[in-house]
Amino acid sequence: MPIATPTRREIVTGAAAVLLVSASGLTVPARAKSLAPTPTMRGGANNYRPGAPIVERIGNGGFLTTGTVRRAGDGAPLAGRRIQVWAHTTEGHERDARSHGATLTDANGVFRIEMPQIVPAFGQAHGHLAYDADFDDAGFETVFLRPLLARASDTRLEVEFVLRPV
Amino acid sequence: MTRRGVLIRAAVALAVFLPLFAAAQSPLLQWRDPIYIAASFAGIVGLALLLVQPLLIAGAFSGFSARRLHIWFGSGLVVAVVLHVAGLWITSPPDVVDVLLFRSPTPFAVWGAMAMWGVFAAALLAAVRRKIGPRFWRLGHSVAVVIIVAGTVVHTWLIDGTMEVVTKAALCLLVLAATAYALRKRRVWRLLR
Repeated sequence: MPIATPTRREIVTGAAAVLLVSASGLTVPARAKSLAPTPTMRGGANNYRPGAPIVERIGNGGFLTTGTVRRAGDGAPLAGRRIQVWAHTTEGHERDARSHGATLTDANGVFRIEMPQIVPAFGQAHGHLAYDADFDDAGFETVFLRPLLARASDTRLEVEFVLRPV
Repeated sequence: MTRRGVLIRAAVALAVFLPLFAAAQSPLLQWRDPIYIAASFAGIVGLALLLVQPLLIAGAFSGFSARRLHIWFGSGLVVAVVLHVAGLWITSPPDVVDVLLFRSPTPFAVWGAMAMWGVFAAALLAAVRRKIGPRFWRLGHSVAVVIIVAGTVVHTWLIDGTMEVVTKAALCLLVLAATAYALRKRRVWRLLR
């Protein structure tokens, strides 16, 4: 039974329902295969030193931080992207310049950088990583991460970056 | 002094100094500068004071002015908290700013901040207790104490820091038990009627 002549109340409620659903974001566009960008983590940028030099390894090494850098959406690996790493280690506090260093991703979008063993500081064994758009002109948004070590005795940390094009 | 008095004092001394001694052996200390170490130990001293404070006020010790000592140790607790926060601030300013603004990524930070404000509130109430009347004073101080103890124990327990885990657990349990004992002995809930 079609409504031939909708009342004013029906029009108003119908319009309100349409507005509510569209504004609430319940209608997500289909993007099943699309890779979501990595969001910046709380506290990720703490004790960041912009533009730390690209180094062979930080200090005497012994702890491996590695991972991939990919493009949001299609997940294409990003080569030559600059990733900066820092942490409280056996050789220095987070704020110390000697605890910071950067590296570039290889052709497969993989970065690997050694640093001294990360030790618990401020209650958690954790590292910091940054992709900073100010020091990389590839056109992606800045991301700061603060991943935790599963155990304080871990000697490696794996981190994924999925960058959103500006 | 009675045998019971000697036993209580010995047990409390052990409960306070074993965790401090164990923390002094922590391997983490070799990778921290003196200010960070001082901040860590100010936190442990603060936790230890939370064991002594309720015992004093519940009358577990005899032979000296427990109330006067409670005031002294209470002031000491405020100093310990200030040293703890200031030392951490110098060590890593952005991390402490995050905690104070309740946006820290660490789950234990909010409990510590809560306990800190509880300590300041408890001390402030003590300072003005003659002006606010016995009922509000006792109720307010007791509520602050519950916040301090709960906040501090959760804060301490979740931290991967210099405290050794067994002595930390034991001290935390003793603090909870001593607080419950004092609140019960002083019949604080009667004020709620």
